[in-house]
Amino acid sequence: MEERIVIVGAGQAGGELAAGLRKQGYQGRVLLLGDEAHPPYQRPPLSKGFLLGKVALKDLYLKPLETYERFGIEFKPGTRVEAIDRSTREISLRDGSRLAYDKLVLATGGRARPLSLPGLEGARLENLFSIRSLADVEAMRGGFLPGNHLVIIGGGYVGLEVAAVAVQSGLRVTLLEAAPRLLSRVTGPEVSSFIERIHRERGVEFRLSCEVRGLELDEARRQVRGVSLACHGVPERLEADLVLVGIGLIPNTELASAAGLAVQNGIVVDEYACTADPAILAIGDCANQPSAYTGGRIRLESVPNAIEHARVAAATLMGKREPSAAIPWFWSDQYGLKLQMVGLSTGYEQCVTRGSVEHKEFSAFYLKDRRVIAADVIGRPAEFMAAKRLVSSRAEVDATRLGDVAVPLTSIAA
Amino acid sequence: MTKIKFIEADGKEHEVEAQEGQSVMQTALNNLVPGIVGECGGFASCATCHGYVDEGWQSKLPPPDAAEEGMIACAFHVKPNSRLTCQIKVTPALDGMVVRLPVSQTSE
Ligand SMILES: Cc1cc2nc3c(=O)[nH]c(=O)nc-3n(C[C@H](O)[C@H](O)[C@H](O)COP(=O)(O)OP(=O)(O)OC[C@H]3O[C@@H](n4cnc5c(N)ncnc54)[C@H](O)[C@@H]3O)c2cc1C
Repeated sequence: MEERIVIVGAGQAGGELAAGLRKQGYQGRVLLLGDEAHPPYQRPPLSKGFLLGKVALKDLYLKPLETYERFGIEFKPGTRVEAIDRSTREISLRDGSRLAYDKLVLATGGRARPLSLPGLEGARLENLFSIRSLADVEAMRGGFLPGNHLVIIGGGYVGLEVAAVAVQSGLRVTLLEAAPRLLSRVTGPEVSSFIERIHRERGVEFRLSCEVRGLELDEARRQVRGVSLACHGVPERLEADLVLVGIGLIPNTELASAAGLAVQNGIVVDEYACTADPAILAIGDCANQPSAYTGGRIRLESVPNAIEHARVAAATLMGKREPSAAIPWFWSDQYGLKLQMVGLSTGYEQCVTRGSVEHKEFSAFYLKDRRVIAADVIGRPAEFMAAKRLVSSRAEVDATRLGDVAVPLTSIAA
Repeated sequence: MTKIKFIEADGKEHEVEAQEGQSVMQTALNNLVPGIVGECGGFASCATCHGYVDEGWQSKLPPPDAAEEGMIACAFHVKPNSRLTCQIKVTPALDGMVVRLPVSQTSE
């Protein structure tokens, strides 16, 4: 019988893998199962151009439906996988049917971390949102009306991108962040304060070092009316027309753990995307993989990672062994300003900036042992690839030259 | 009908039908042309949809804007006829265009 690869999760990674197998000439059956109503689509524009109304729905789709058909990829939307039976190599679907696999790839992504506050258990609030899917954005859009007050809980990328779109759409925005600065887990203080400034200039209000104490609900318990909080111990109450929670992601690992596979902040895989079961792989946001870059294990939430991890898995499934050597990178877009980040800055010793913070065109390089371990490139896209090279080569650099815009970055990288 | 021919670095050719108004990058993705990655989804943020537009076709295209130029300046394996295919919109005037692809989009 013809070999079957079944991919669970029709997102960025799953879609890329299905296409990658065909690109490499895979001859067996490829089944791509997703619980959403859409073919694989881009999530980044959900909190940027799509929310702003500048990117159309059909332009979110990574490929038109027709492409899957044409290349023999059996794409099944609205299909939720409920369990894996490793002994018979079958999965069971929500409708009770079972499906056999020769190789199974988990590309289940993650879900938004819910706000955990006493009194919210089981509540389905109509104006409390998070953004992970197209359906989430469509639900939230109704409340995106000029004059409405949006309270955002969480100062990470999603929260900040939505804040930018919201003030541009005429909403009043207050963003609450538990840490003393924005993006504190992913960037240095220089970039945090720059980001805070560009948002403040546009009218976004912030409450940093803020503890959310509770949500005030209407009598029917269907609407949030206000948010109570405390900044440095000083209590405050904010009225809210809608609330967005952007406090991170929980990887969808339940299928794997119920099947007895190791899960530790993601489904544990080796450098070839394989779990301990040789018939099961895991890729993308849901997978925890060894990283040549850090020397340890990481779980990354980014499109470049999903694409690279899908490439590694395609190679593995084709009987080749090509470990990932990619350097993590990520981008964001706020008020049309391009931010590109490469590497992970954790543990840096020195931050060197290049360019003009004032003119919103600068790069911040994070150094450890005189080597660039990460960089944030803001409004200077021409420097991004050079920064990427500096991070990947781990070459020693001269901090003074690095900070001097008169010295071309490519010559430092050389 | 507008046809575009992509030629991989190893010489393998893919002639595909392009839809007017779409980007040349999307055309490659829709047709599973190997060698075009498109990490950022077509927003001139990553330079992984880089291609070389054959002589003769270059003059038919609007010149790259600052964002595209910036990304090309630092892409891998750059040549004088390098473009980001996400920034090129398909028009009937491009029928027959040839786009050659670099050895790699992500490394040297
Ligand atoms: C609002 C937003 C903005 C972002 N912005 C950026 C950005 O600017 N740059 C960047 O690099 N990254 C960004 N990301 C992250 C990026 O989108 C993810 O890293 C990427 O989508 C991960 O791909 P994935 O395939 O692992 O998961 P997903 O794309 O999430 O796909 C997983 C799919 O699996 C489905 N699924 C889960 N369980 C099952 C099951 N049991 N059965 C069937 N289907 C199942 C899910 O419904 C989903 O469709 C953003 C994400 C969001 C939500």
